Amino acid sequence: MKKKLITLSLVVMMLPALLSAQKVVCKIKGSDTCLPLSQRFSEAFMKKAPGSSISVIGGGSGVGLSALISGTTDIAQSSRSIKMDEKMKLQDAGKVLKETTIAFDALAIIVNPANKVSQLTREQLEGIFTGKITNWKQVGGDDLQIIVYSRESSSGTFDFMKEHVMSNKNYAKTALMMPATGAVVQSVSQTKGAIGYVGLAYLEKGVKALKVSFNKGKTYTEPSIETAKSKTYPITRPLHYYYLGSIEGKIKPLINFILSAEGQAIVLKEGYVPLN
Amino acid sequence: MHAKRQACGLYSILNIFIRNFIPLKKIARMKIRKITEKFIEGILFSSSTVTTIAVLFIVFFLFKSGIGLFNQNPVDKAYAIAINANNPVNDLTSKKIKDIFNGDITNWKELGGKNQDIQLLTLDQLSSKFTEEELGANFEHIPQCVDKYVSQNENVIAYFDKKYFPSDFHGKMVELPNISITDFLLGKEWYPTTVPTAQFGVLPLILGTLWVTFCAILLALPIGLITAIYMAEIANERTRRMLKPVIELLAGIPSVVYGFFGLVVLVPFLQRLFLLPVGETALAGSLILAIMALPTIITISEDAIRTTPVALKEAGLALGASHWQSILRIILPYARSGIMAAFILGIGRAVGETMAVLMVTGNAAVIPHTLLEPVRTIPATIAAELGEAPFGGTHFQALFALGIILFIITFVFNSLVEIVKKKEVK
Repeated sequence: MKKKLITLSLVVMMLPALLSAQKVVCKIKGSDTCLPLSQRFSEAFMKKAPGSSISVIGGGSGVGLSALISGTTDIAQSSRSIKMDEKMKLQDAGKVLKETTIAFDALAIIVNPANKVSQLTREQLEGIFTGKITNWKQVGGDDLQIIVYSRESSSGTFDFMKEHVMSNKNYAKTALMMPATGAVVQSVSQTKGAIGYVGLAYLEKGVKALKVSFNKGKTYTEPSIETAKSKTYPITRPLHYYYLGSIEGKIKPLINFILSAEGQAIVLKEGYVPLN
Repeated sequence: MHAKRQACGLYSILNIFIRNFIPLKKIARMKIRKITEKFIEGILFSSSTVTTIAVLFIVFFLFKSGIGLFNQNPVDKAYAIAINANNPVNDLTSKKIKDIFNGDITNWKELGGKNQDIQLLTLDQLSSKFTEEELGANFEHIPQCVDKYVSQNENVIAYFDKKYFPSDFHGKMVELPNISITDFLLGKEWYPTTVPTAQFGVLPLILGTLWVTFCAILLALPIGLITAIYMAEIANERTRRMLKPVIELLAGIPSVVYGFFGLVVLVPFLQRLFLLPVGETALAGSLILAIMALPTIITISEDAIRTTPVALKEAGLALGASHWQSILRIILPYARSGIMAAFILGIGRAVGETMAVLMVTGNAAVIPHTLLEPVRTIPATIAAELGEAPFGGTHFQALFALGIILFIITFVFNSLVEIVKKKEVK
């Protein structure tokens, strides 16, 4: 009896320590758009639950989802929804897919600050990015050749732009494909006739965001956290974490942290749009 | 021969050891010596065999993964394209299908058919043409809806997952031929992720690689050789002692740093200098590659020139040649094989360099007409796209086929250098 009492009291004393462990060891791979956000999440979470180890890698949404399918990452961060054939590959392998939306992001169209043009319609954007409109004077600017900067095809932003702004048409052959969002920002800031697209969080002083109209010119909206939250800015997209059902329990503390008020405050601070 | 020399050195050490410490009979000592010798030779032989096998295995894997591309259809295996049974068009190619779905071809008469606007039908449009009841709560009636719509409209072209076509389909399935070698090598469009048909034309990539590499070589070889001659023959001891570590330091800088330097400093500089609309050009790529290949070329050439026997130099001077004549006529021909080796190594670095080129050439897959246009090289394409290409899929195999082409380019160039070397020795 005495022995049982001692073991029981020892377990009860250890219980708080066991509960506050909550540590998470996982790997997040994928979208460059989600990368700064995931890094902040993992830093804040690792401070809260010491012993956790969360590594965050970029490469593009396509790279992350491909790694999820081949089993080399725990979580795939993606700035586009999973494609039909990627979903089928997971189903065929008998794996259960889980999806969590962690934040919203607005896609900003950026130009060089010296550019006179400050607003464009969706049709004009489609013409520019597919290569049909080649000079800024055709859309109300100076007589300057339009230089289109895009991301590589592994990027979720690339796919999202193609689906929502270019009605699934192909990018112009002469579009320059940069390997990272940072490179797009750098190039647009130093080339006068440049136009590109980046997530809202990557906007900085060296580039100018355009106002966009999706109703043929009736209203133009500027990208910002407020307009993205109220859905008046038309190019917004959800950012996802995809993972397998088999590791759901293991990463639950991290997901709960991200969806909590503290996690969403980090979302706001980094320049993304919180849920709700 | 080499193995024997190494074995001899070890053998003499063992000899002293055996003679002084092991008081055995002479015959037994000789037997141990023989066994040890054979053992060391065996280790050296097996290490060179393992290296050769590893290299051959990599080349074999490269070819096996890439050649499979020419048995693949440009349309994904799980999907199919269909048109109305009465549509007279029979000769649809991969490129025409891409143009149709991209909105560049809008009327069947452009393809030799009737004067009707082309109507696209994919999964997204189905939900606007049929109500939810007709499609079924779990989409179980989609095959019937597809069949109905295609039979009723003569101008439709449909693209669906194969499972959405019923077994008694009344339309005509479009069968595209497999990707052929000429389509691959001479095609001008590289759109590997387009649906329904991906385009794998690598001509712009090959030409981009050749342009950038050729110009990098043109810049790096003369400058490298001249610097090597200066350092070996003309510079005084203090200058040489200062320059050599600095140049060897250049070789140690990671290529990403070169790429970043190129993007932030070189590209805007070229844009301002030549008044170009965009600074990311083949010239920027060539300059960066030349800077990366220089340290290798300089160090090895300089070593080759320095190992010219003094007797040779003095003989030239004794016969009345000036310093420059002895450099050009005596030292350089003697150091030729070392200089050729330096060229091969430097150019190998230039051809295969990925990260730096990826950041400064702009990666636009168009055929370049001048050096001052953006280009896309093969290593940059492979680096950027291999991460997301599904393992074993068509895109994956196309990238390995590109790797084969790169391998062949390097192989041809190295063989040329070997031939030139052999010819001149004669």
